[in-house]
Amino acid sequence: MERPFTKQAMILLAGICIAWSALAVETDLASSNWLPLTRDDIHDPNGPGVQLLQNPSEALRDMPSDVVGNKVNWMRALDRGHINPRENLYSNKKNNVLDMDVLRQNTGEMNAVLFPHRQHTEWLDCTNCHEWLFKSKARATKFSMFDILKGEFCGRCHGAVAFPLTQCNRCHSVPHSTISSSATAD
Amino acid sequence: MDMQHDYLCFRCNNLSEIILIVILAIFSVAPVHAEYGDVIINNKAEKSGMRPVIFSHWFHRIRFKCKVCHTEIGFEMRAGANDIRMADIIDGKYCGKCHNNKIAWGPQNCHLCHSGLPGLETGVRGGDSTGGPGKW
Repeated sequence: MERPFTKQAMILLAGICIAWSALAVETDLASSNWLPLTRDDIHDPNGPGVQLLQNPSEALRDMPSDVVGNKVNWMRALDRGHINPRENLYSNKKNNVLDMDVLRQNTGEMNAVLFPHRQHTEWLDCTNCHEWLFKSKARATKFSMFDILKGEFCGRCHGAVAFPLTQCNRCHSVPHSTISSSATAD
Repeated sequence: MDMQHDYLCFRCNNLSEIILIVILAIFSVAPVHAEYGDVIINNKAEKSGMRPVIFSHWFHRIRFKCKVCHTEIGFEMRAGANDIRMADIIDGKYCGKCHNNKIAWGPQNCHLCHSGLPGLETGVRGGDSTGGPGKW
């Protein structure tokens, strides 16, 4: 069955594919994981300020890598001293790191969620989450994955600036079968 | 027999077309643009004749912990929820707590912050695969 048009179209498509992948590879090699600000589709490449701003590749390329978000594992970057962000501007408020894990077992078929206070309090103040968003009392805050996907509770940060919600297993990390019946938390 | 042969050929042709279209679709996916956590602030900027402000979380979190801005300065953790006025920044509130020529560049450097493309809407941007809160 002769279908010359289809054949031509296929050759054309293949050509486009090869050209596009060559372009993509070149772009990827040039900027690695990060596009320059002039090509990020939000900065005005003709604006007078954009050339003076730091490009993400310059700041982020030597950080511990990640597969999502900024392609930086920010927690590891902080823990290993790649970055040393300021704690405060004018107040003398001390670091209030709290090393306490919370286990949420009411997660249906998904693994239970282990919430580590330590990592969160390295970045945040208690009042960023308590008491307005999460009550300190265990089991007092009712929320579902839908609320999180809508940008509430954990979704205030996760999905916006902290690692995205596609990383299910980073939070849902504890198989129910490994939890002993004496576990106390939620 | 002939019919069957034709039928098979048609199948083959279709299959290669489908494969090509799938490959094309994969390569046609637009590359990642804005950095994860970039915030467009444009409730007032463009109405006042300035480019939208682009706040990059990645740039700031290298230098400051979240609590500095979200507790000490008092920024709400919701894009667009903060009523940020240039007069307040010059008075040393909001961005002006740092952007005061002491900690960071001062507010006279308009174009370093007002660097966005015209027409952008206020909100969180970024190349994450979840699209950010409220995008589902």
